[in-house]
Order: sequence, then structure tokens, then C-alpha cells
Amino acid sequence: MILLPIVLLPFIGSLCAALLPAHARNAEAWLAGIIALTVAVLTAAQYPQLATDGVLRLTLPWLPTLGIDFQLRMDGFAWLFAMLVSLIGMLVVIYARYYMSPSDPVPRFFSFFLAFMGTMLGVVLSGNLLQLAMFWELTSLASFMLIAYWHHRRDARAGARMALTVTGMGGLALLGGVLLIGHIVGSYDLDAVLAASEEIKAHAWYPAIVGLIAIGALSKSAQFPFHFWLPHAMAAPTPVSAYLHSATMVKAGVFLLARLWPALAGSDLWFWLIGGAGLCTLLIGGYLALFQNDMKGVLAYSTISHLGLITLLLGMNSELALVAAVFHMVNHATFKASLFMAAGIVDHETGTRDVNRLSGLYRAMPITATLALVAAAAMAGVPLLNGFLSKEMFFAETVFLARPEWQRLLLPVAATLAGMLSVAYSLRFVHQVFFGPPAADLPHQPHEPTRWMLLPSALLVAACLLVGMLPAQTVGPFLRAATDALLGAAAPDYDLAIWHGLNLPLYMSLTALMGGVMLYLPCIGRRSERIPLLERIDGKRFFNRLLNAVSILSEWLLGRLTSQRLQRQLLVIVLVVIGGSLLPFTPFASSTNNGPLLFGAQTPTETDPAFALLWVVGALCAVAAAWQAKLHRLAALILAGGAGLATSLTFVWFSAPDLALTQLAVEVVTAVLILLGLRWLPRRDARFRAGKAEAPRARLRRLRDLLIAIAGGGGIAALTYAMLTRPPVDGIAPFFVAQSLPQGGGLNVVNVILVDFRGFDTFGEITVVAIVALTVFALLRRFRPAPESMALPAQQIRDAAPKPDPAASLPTGYLMLPAVLVRLLLPMALMISLFFLLRGHNAPGGGFVGGLIFATAIILQYIVSGAVWVESRLRIHPLYWITAGLLCAAAAGIMAAVSGNPGGDPFLASQAWHGSLPLVGEIHLSTVLLFDIGVYLLVVGATVLILVALAHQSLRNLHRRTETGAAISNTVGSTISSTVSGAAQ
Amino acid sequence: MTLSMELIFSLAVGIMAAAGLYLILRPRTFQIIIGLSLLAYAVNLFIFGMGRLRLGAPPVITPALGGNPALYTDPLPQALVLTAIVIGFATTALFLVVLLASRGFSGTDHVDGEEPEE
Repeated sequence: MILLPIVLLPFIGSLCAALLPAHARNAEAWLAGIIALTVAVLTAAQYPQLATDGVLRLTLPWLPTLGIDFQLRMDGFAWLFAMLVSLIGMLVVIYARYYMSPSDPVPRFFSFFLAFMGTMLGVVLSGNLLQLAMFWELTSLASFMLIAYWHHRRDARAGARMALTVTGMGGLALLGGVLLIGHIVGSYDLDAVLAASEEIKAHAWYPAIVGLIAIGALSKSAQFPFHFWLPHAMAAPTPVSAYLHSATMVKAGVFLLARLWPALAGSDLWFWLIGGAGLCTLLIGGYLALFQNDMKGVLAYSTISHLGLITLLLGMNSELALVAAVFHMVNHATFKASLFMAAGIVDHETGTRDVNRLSGLYRAMPITATLALVAAAAMAGVPLLNGFLSKEMFFAETVFLARPEWQRLLLPVAATLAGMLSVAYSLRFVHQVFFGPPAADLPHQPHEPTRWMLLPSALLVAACLLVGMLPAQTVGPFLRAATDALLGAAAPDYDLAIWHGLNLPLYMSLTALMGGVMLYLPCIGRRSERIPLLERIDGKRFFNRLLNAVSILSEWLLGRLTSQRLQRQLLVIVLVVIGGSLLPFTPFASSTNNGPLLFGAQTPTETDPAFALLWVVGALCAVAAAWQAKLHRLAALILAGGAGLATSLTFVWFSAPDLALTQLAVEVVTAVLILLGLRWLPRRDARFRAGKAEAPRARLRRLRDLLIAIAGGGGIAALTYAMLTRPPVDGIAPFFVAQSLPQGGGLNVVNVILVDFRGFDTFGEITVVAIVALTVFALLRRFRPAPESMALPAQQIRDAAPKPDPAASLPTGYLMLPAVLVRLLLPMALMISLFFLLRGHNAPGGGFVGGLIFATAIILQYIVSGAVWVESRLRIHPLYWITAGLLCAAAAGIMAAVSGNPGGDPFLASQAWHGSLPLVGEIHLSTVLLFDIGVYLLVVGATVLILVALAHQSLRNLHRRTETGAAISNTVGSTISSTVSGAAQ
Repeated sequence: MTLSMELIFSLAVGIMAAAGLYLILRPRTFQIIIGLSLLAYAVNLFIFGMGRLRLGAPPVITPALGGNPALYTDPLPQALVLTAIVIGFATTALFLVVLLASRGFSGTDHVDGEEPEE
């Protein structure tokens, strides 16, 4: 189907545009223009099929488990919008090529422009409401980027942020409404939703749905009370305004209202909410437009006002009004885009957009002036132009409204008033800028712009004229297709003629025209700085106050609920956990357990005195470590190691040799690690032994923490006991034991789980280890120790070892013998580690243990011989080891894809090959082994990287000390010499 | 409550957890790092205990014994704990380096990066 490229092409183009060089204006414009044109041609080519089939669909599975598909759906209405989006997009691209200055980074502009076009096409062509809401949010994001294009400007950033906040909030409300609809209908499919109209309207949630959808649509279309964001979005480059605020962004809101009109409209609530908002916006926007001094400001408020007109039409609950609304969407897009372009041209050529400074440009730029004049006339609703036709339909609708008497009287009056305002601001826009005496003090001498900048505007104005004079022959069939698609059989008959005879709407039009002129006359030559009556109603100020209030409130709440102090945070966490675990003992808990809480039915295992003794020592070590951790770090480290050793022996005791091995190896490495760190910690003993009186509060706090710790530990002990005395639960363990050999091909079940059944988890884990090692490495590269740690520790000075000599084969002094032994140990350790690695699948061992053993052996070399000596003989590149490890593990996983099975096996499914080789004999190879080798390499690399990076700090410190020492002695020396010379004089 | 292996094991876990909890509530970074290690021992033992305490059960499948799962230890908690031990080492290393860097920047080893006012 051709629908997919229509949506995808702009996104692909966006990626390409982002990659072009910074000043490739022509290439960018060609790319964007061709893509917009292709989309337009593709869309146009669908028309014949659309005319016969009615609706074109494309469904791709998206979230099949939730029954949600990615659906593209094109009917007459969507087609009309897709044409508008792509055609006006193309014209804006041509315009933008000449508007953007050579110093603007155009890749960003065209990239976001195309992305925006894609999101907008996505909104228009979505056949699924959730997908529509997603594209809706994407339009907000893309427009944010476009409005903030000149991000060095404060107003651009503020305007973009405001637009994003308001429309993003609206998008959230829309999503809520869509979810409610989906809940009622049981599907997010647009056809299903439209078919369930009666069901939705009868549902109790109908008001909530209308409210939420209205917030979404009204905020997007800049309707009262959300209208204030649009004028501030004018900080965007003018091509962006011409695109976003004529044919696309703001039209999304009214598009959605029209799209859901058959499903939601027809109620009083709809009339008051949508119609009311539309009417307010129509009048307020028109009134405010009259007092703007910025050309784009006038256009912004007139856009707000015209969208209000469309919204009002949509809120009238009448089919003919819907037709008028769709017609006006198209008309407004054409004349407003061309007016924005005119404003941009004036700005580009004169350097200002101030209506009061500009004057008499008609002489210097006659073509621009003519184009702007015609477009503004269309905006004002002058006969023979397209704006007149839809405005006439609007007037007719207000007159024939099927509502109570007073509303039927009030609405035509309001409509006529709005028409007068529209005429007045259009007149002011054209008259002040292009007529009158020539302006004297313009930043640039005005002249006609290049032809290519005029062309898009001229084409749009030609469209205004053509539609205005020959509506039935030009836009007629497309409009008919659009309204038929929306209303189906209920589509009313209408006549797109210019002359309907002398009727009330025509009189209203004439009144509006004359009234508008009268309204404008007193404004000529008057500079308006203040807006009468509505001066105090400023949406921006209210918005900023609201934002401030929200951030103050959240700060206050954060201050109540959190603390900057880690101790307090941990205290709260521990207390909450302890409190939460007490819940089963409260009367509120539902008692589903049977039997005593603490003692299970399992017969206890008989005590082994040796085990009891082991834990007497282990527990003493743990408590002593807690006691000593403050003042005697080394003692605490050793004691904690004792507790770790007891843990390791416990693993052996209860038949877990793999754990015991790993624990033991990790214990060694951790001890070395912390020993290396100890050197950089502040001295504690001297300061605290100096007899500093301890505050009683600190003692009290320690007592409190002790009680909490005893309570927590007691709770955990009770929990452990309760668990251990219950019979084991048959979980998934039997599966692993039973399938280890048949499926995993290994006897060591723990290892088979790690490298085969749960290989993906292990892959993630070793990746984490690699990331940690790299983070440690990166952190230490910029490490600055505290100044008081720079000096050599007392032990190093007292027992000064001879300076290591890289050239000597053996160190002299007391390290000579250990050096001999450790060097002999290295190859043996390598062999043992490989032994553990290779046998891991069938016996205790594996990549983790093997890697840790070898890493320990390497670290031993460093400890005994010193970093300088080791690195002069043996360059270990831990980063390569880490990389190789990750690659091995990944390769083992990917091999599953090229297995013999059709389509390949899932990632990390183990593959084995069994056969015989000449000379070697029978051999069994498995990807599992490759995976374990990857683990081994990575563990070696990561451990060595961490420890060596830490160890190198002492070497670097040596350099730092000599540098600063030299600097100090230099300064001291020069001070002394200058003092001496001063005294001599 | 007679003295059984289960009771000793539970008390061991409880005491190490208590020591760890006390330490992580202390203000100095070194105390936290030791406290976390002790807490990790306790938690690892607890998870390991989920498979219940088995004396002399073969951890590796012996073809002579057959494939009856009841004869073997529970491999699942063991696999979990093995992973936890290695990750524990990595986080200890990361934490150590972070605390060293924080000490270098702030000049103190207090967990909040500044000495308390009192």
C-alpha cells in the first residue's frame, strides 16, 4: 500500500536533512521540497481509488497482545488535510529557502520541518485513536523545536516552552479522553468508535470524555482560555509560523473535533463547551488583533479568531455548519499562509514588522502589496474570494440555528460583530503597512524580494481567487468527498455558489464590511500601546504565575517529604521496612496462615558444634567490625573479611561449592580494593583521640541506631528461621535439575543456569560489571585527592622500601623471596584458572571463579613487585580484555541465529557440535563454553582495570607531590632571595 | 526452641544484618562501605537459605544417582547468589571510588559531603 510511504517519507527525509552540511541551503531545500511534492503526488494519486472505495486502510501489527494495530486510514477528509499539509508544506519550503539567512544552520530547520510534516500526516491519517494521540504529542514536540529554532533568543525559548507546556498538557488530556472512549467502545479503532456514537453519548462518562477531548483540541487550536500561547509562538522564523499556524499545528485541534464530530457532537454539553469556547475566541481574538503593533501579532490573533469561528461552527451541532467548518479550514489555510509569507517578506526586506513604523510600502514593493491586499481581503470576507464563501455559510448557520429564541438572536449579532472586527484588522494590516506616505526611518531600504520568495505566496493567492470565483468547479468535489467521509449518509446537500440571492447573510456581510471600515477609521494614525478593556487579561502572566505556584508547591512538598541528609533517608527506609514487616502481626492483617508464625513443620537439622563455633567467631567478627569501623579502618576491614570467610564456609557446609569458591575469590579482591582506598581517607584516629568531648546528642543517636539495628536484625533472624523451618516449595528448581543434562548438556546445574538457561541475565550482569569498571576508570582519571592525603604515610617513610628499579630482575630487600614465589605462581595461577573455567560446566567452577583467580594472580604481581616494574615487563590491557569478553559472549549469543533451524534460534540459545578431528580425537564444542570464556575474559579485565586504576593513584600522587613540592620550594626560594636583597639595600 | 543448624544460621544472618544496619546509619563513608558488605553477606545467606539447608547433598548431577530433583540441592538460589556476589564486588568498587572522589572534592568523608554544624 502507498499509505505507509506518505507517512514515512518525511521522517526519512528528516534524518537525511539532519546529516547534510550546515550551510547546504539549496540541497536542504531540494530535499525537503521533493519530499513534500512526492507526498503530495502520492496523496493525489489515491484520489480515484478513494472515490470508488471510500476508505483506504493499512494495518500493521503494533501491540497484538493488547489488540492494538498501527492503522493508517485515508478517507476524503483525511485526504483533503494530507493535501493541505503536503502542498502548503512544499510552498513553505520554497519560501524558507530564500527567507533563512546564510548564517542560519539550516539542517536543523529542515530536519525538524520534515519531522513536523510527518507527525502531522500521522495525525491526519491515523486510523487508531491511541496512535493519533501519539502523533499528536509528536507534533507538539516537533513544533517546540521549530518555535525555539533561534534558541539564542530568550523570547523564542520562552514561547516554545509555553507552547509545549500548553499543548503537551492538552495532549495528556486528549489521551485520557481517548482511553475513556476505548474503555467504553472496547476498541481504539476509529471506525469502531464512530459506529459506537450512541453508546458513547448514553454513557455516564460522556461529559468527562467531551471535557478531556475539548481540553486537548482547544489547547492545540489556541482556543479561549488556552489561546495565549499562540502569539508568543510568533518568535519562530516566519516560514514556521506560516506553516504551523495556517495549515497544520493549530488545525490539528479543529481536525480532531471534526473527526470525532459524528461520535461526540449533538448534545447540549457539546454546544456550550465547544460552541462557547469558539464564540469567545472569535470575539476576543478579533478584538485583540485590532490592537497589535507587530504584523505577525495581528496575524496570530486573527488566526486565533478564525479558528474560533471554525470551532463555533463545529459546536453548532448542525451538519451544514460542519461543512462550513471544513470549508473554512481550507480557506483559512490558504489566505493565512500567504499573509504570513507577506509579513515575512516585509520583515526580510525592511528589517521591521512594526505596523506603526511601516508605511507606504506599495511604491517599493507593488507585487508583495497586491498579494497581501488580496489575501487580506479574503481574510476580511470580501466577495469573489474564498473567505467570503465560508463566512457567508457561517452567517447563514448562525441565522438558521435550531436553538431557543435568545440564542438565535444573539448569535447573528455576535457573528456580524466578529465580521466587522475581521474587516477592521485586515484593513489596518494592509493600509498601515502598504499605503500612506513612504516610511522614512526603516532599517533597510525596501525593495521587491526575489521572484522565488513571491511565488509561493502568489500561488496561494491564486488559489484564493480561483476558489472564490469558481468554488463548485475547484474545491467542490473535494469538499464533497471530505464531508461525505465525515457524515456518510447524513451528509447534507449544499450549494457552493457565490450568489444566493438577496438574503439575510448577504446583508450581514455588507454590514460587516461597512462596519469594519467605520471601526477602522478612528484608528488611522493612532498609535495604540494599550489595549482598551482587555489590558488586564493577560494569559501569559496568568500562565507564568501558575507555573511559579506549581514549582513553589512542589518544592514545598519535596522539602516536607525528603531530606538532603543521607542518614535521615536511610533511617526512614529502614524504619518503614521494619514497620511494614510488622503488619502481619497487627489485627488488620487477614489471617490466611495456618499454624504458628515462627516455627514451621520441618524437622530441624541436628547441630554440629563446629558450625556453631564457626558462627560464634563469624558473629563476633561482624559485631567487632561494626564497632571498629569508625576509628580502626584496617581492623574493621579484616574483621569484615572474617565474617565473609564464615559466610564462605557456610556455603561449603550446605553443599554450595560454587558459591564458596566465588565468595572466597571476591573476598580477596575486595580486601585488596579497600586496602588501596584506605590511603586516601582522612586520618581519623588522631583527631578523635585528642579528647574532643562528644556531644550527648551524638551518643543518643548512636543508641537509637543500635536499637533500630537490633530490631531489624532480630526481625531478619526471625524471618530466616520461619522460612528455614518450613518445607521447601517446589518451584521451578526441579525443572532446572531435570533439564540440566538433556537440554543444557552440563552436570553443574548452577553453571548451566548461569550460562544457558538464564544466559541473558548473565549477559546483562557482565555488561554491568564492564560499565562499572569503565566508570571507575573514568572517575579516577580526574581524581584529585584531598591535600592532606598527598603526603607519604608514616609507615612508608619509616619502613622505606628501596625505590623500585625497573631494570633489576628481582627487588632487593625483604621483598626478594616473595617476588620469586609470586612470579612462579603466575603461570600456575593461569593454568588453575583455565582449569576452573573449562570444567565449570560439569563440576564446581566457571568463568566467574576462573577470572577472579587469574585477576588475583596479576594483582599479586603488582603488590609484590610494584606497578612500575610489572608494567615495564608485562603490558596488560584490561580494556581489551573487557571488549573481548563482551564480544565473545555476544558472539555465543548470535551464533544461535545461524543455527540449522529455520529462522534461527532465539538469542543465546546454546548450540553444540560433537564430532572428531584428526589427531585430537573426539571433541565436543558448545557456544556455552564460548560464553563462559567471555565471562572469564571480562571478569579478568574488569577486576584488573579497577584495581590497577586505583593503585596508579599512588604513582600519580608521587608526580603531583614532586611538582607542587618543586613549586613551593621555588616560591619560598625567590621570597627569601628577594627579602635578602631587600635587606641588603 | 532447640539449638539446630537452622537456628544458628538464622542468628548468623540476623547478627550480620544488625551490624550492617547499624553501620549504614553512621555518618562516615567507610562505615557505610563495611556496613553494605556485612548486609550483603546477610542477604546472600538469606537468599541461599531459600533452598533450605542441605547437608551432604550433591550439588552436581551424578549419573549414578539419577535425575530425581529431591536428591540435589536447590540450584536456583545458588545461581542468584553467585550473580549477587559478583555484582556486589562491582558496586563496592564503584562506591569506593565515588567516596574517594567525593572526599577529594569536599575535603570530608561525611556522607553528606560536609561536616555537620554541631
